Amino acid sequence: MTDARLATTHGEDENLPAQQQGKAAAAEMMAWDSKSRRMVVLYLPLACFVLILLFPFYWMTITAFKPNAELYDYKTYNPFLIGSPTLDHIKHLLFGTAYPKWLMTTMTVSVCSTFLSLFSSTLAAYAIQRLRFTGSQYVGLAIYLAYLVPPSILFIPLATMVYWLGLFDSPMALILVYPTFLIPFCTWLLIGYFKSIPYELEECALIDGATRLQILREITLPLAVPGLISAGIFSFTLSWNEFIYALAFIQSSENKTVPVAILTELVTGDVYQWGALMAGSLLGSLPVALFYSLFVDYYVSSLTGAVKE
Amino acid sequence: MDTIAAHAWVRPKRELGWLARLFDWKPFLIVICLLPAVGLLMVFLTYPLGLGIFLAFTDTTIGRRGVWVGLENFQYLIEDKLWWNAVFYSVFYTGIATVAKFGLGLWLALLLNNHLPFKSILRAIILLPWIVPTVLSAIAFWWIYDPQFSIISYLFTDVLGWRTTNIDFINTPWSARWSLIAANVWRGIPFVAISLLAGLQTISPSLYEAGMLDGTTPWQRFCYITFPMLLPILAIVMTFSIIFTFTDFQLVYAITRGGPINSTHLLATLAFQRGIPGGQLGEGAAIAVSMIPFLVFATLFSYFALARRKWQQGEGDD
Repeated sequence: MTDARLATTHGEDENLPAQQQGKAAAAEMMAWDSKSRRMVVLYLPLACFVLILLFPFYWMTITAFKPNAELYDYKTYNPFLIGSPTLDHIKHLLFGTAYPKWLMTTMTVSVCSTFLSLFSSTLAAYAIQRLRFTGSQYVGLAIYLAYLVPPSILFIPLATMVYWLGLFDSPMALILVYPTFLIPFCTWLLIGYFKSIPYELEECALIDGATRLQILREITLPLAVPGLISAGIFSFTLSWNEFIYALAFIQSSENKTVPVAILTELVTGDVYQWGALMAGSLLGSLPVALFYSLFVDYYVSSLTGAVKE
Repeated sequence: MDTIAAHAWVRPKRELGWLARLFDWKPFLIVICLLPAVGLLMVFLTYPLGLGIFLAFTDTTIGRRGVWVGLENFQYLIEDKLWWNAVFYSVFYTGIATVAKFGLGLWLALLLNNHLPFKSILRAIILLPWIVPTVLSAIAFWWIYDPQFSIISYLFTDVLGWRTTNIDFINTPWSARWSLIAANVWRGIPFVAISLLAGLQTISPSLYEAGMLDGTTPWQRFCYITFPMLLPILAIVMTFSIIFTFTDFQLVYAITRGGPINSTHLLATLAFQRGIPGGQLGEGAAIAVSMIPFLVFATLFSYFALARRKWQQGEGDD
């Protein structure tokens, strides 16, 4: 509540003096006025936004490295700073819990479901966009609509299905289920990408006697690599972040994914180990954040591109 | 690529094997290409959707196949105060969070649309809350909302001296409700801002020049140029945002688990609590199904907004 309200009141307060200043400003004051006005109207609110958006991460990081003595004593230590940083929480996490195992499970599930959905959505997007057939746009629309079905509706029937299929408590269930929310998005993104590749290139290849599959392999796919990368990033981050299916389908500790395990395995009893919890959250966020920072341009362009579609 | 083309040119097509010819036959190829995607979606999305609706009319529990009980589950829900409470909070949560997210997101997008130094780094930083797993940032919020060691309480009591007691974030119903909405808004702003920024960048500067020549004020330019041009993209982003806020699960489950005294249950968390740990799959499915009318409404909203967009821009069907 506070961040939203703080930001709003700030903006209103800042706008007012700027306007009054504008009215009172003499001609020689104009240059200074526009500069300070820009400061107040643009940079100040922007700084507030960045501060509020980043603060939880700062707090997460600083808690992860604080010794317990400092963690619960705001009187003697300044809580915004670390007196003597320690790796105890991370050490406890890596050697005292099954954290490496959870990380491995999450990685396996994310990579497998990403490849599965990239494979199927590339083929589907190629069929819809390039092998045009009667009703192909309706198939595209139907796949797009599938994205609007939220996991919160599906997890109960899926849990019963997973149980019948004998996949309960196995990462395999997650690998098979995650593509349901990855495929619609990837397909939609790749349809948009294939649209931007000139059709003439394929016609040339057809005239030269290439088969359809050769065209896909030799011409369309190499040109669509940036699109495939952004679809891959999306899928990876989405499956890394997934929570409700992993919570519902996985029971045994060693098969849990990182988000579920931190919440269910590290929270024990009434006294929360905040240091370890924050260290776990930090380590769980890092792979996604790193992966994302490597490809941030692809990510932003595909996010905005997909919205524009 | 040249060599392959030349190769194929020298040798005529009839030397292709029957398998290659089958894969070059368009109807077969279309079926093969669509099979993995459509198959997966049919088995793990369409079928469960139907199964979920069916389960809502049975009394299935974990480990026992239920029998058809008709509308009994829904009759039970209508008399259930907890369900009404969840409906109320879902609508309230979605309404307030959407308004705040779009207000602040639009403001942030307008700020980012100026000439700024380090623009791409700024955009990357702003997207972080959206990238990081929701549950993990929710745990950070849980720690920020801690009754004893909340950093916000510390800021207000010890640093600024505005209060004498710690702020109570998640231990009474109304403060917990507002705290969850704040966390949701925090997480949602980046997506809204970055999408709307993309929309803002497609607006032609000549429109603003024309407006300036006509002597408009900045507020008028916002109302009569920016906002109408932004409306189509706003409608799409809003539909997504409404759907995924209404069916939100992770934030509430991580921070309050529906407490205190069940006051912050959303429909999704209530369905989970009844369905999976509680074992009442039929009842859980009925709660999940009761979300569908709201979602259909949001999707129709998107459809009509899209239709309007085509009419505005004079596009045909593409």
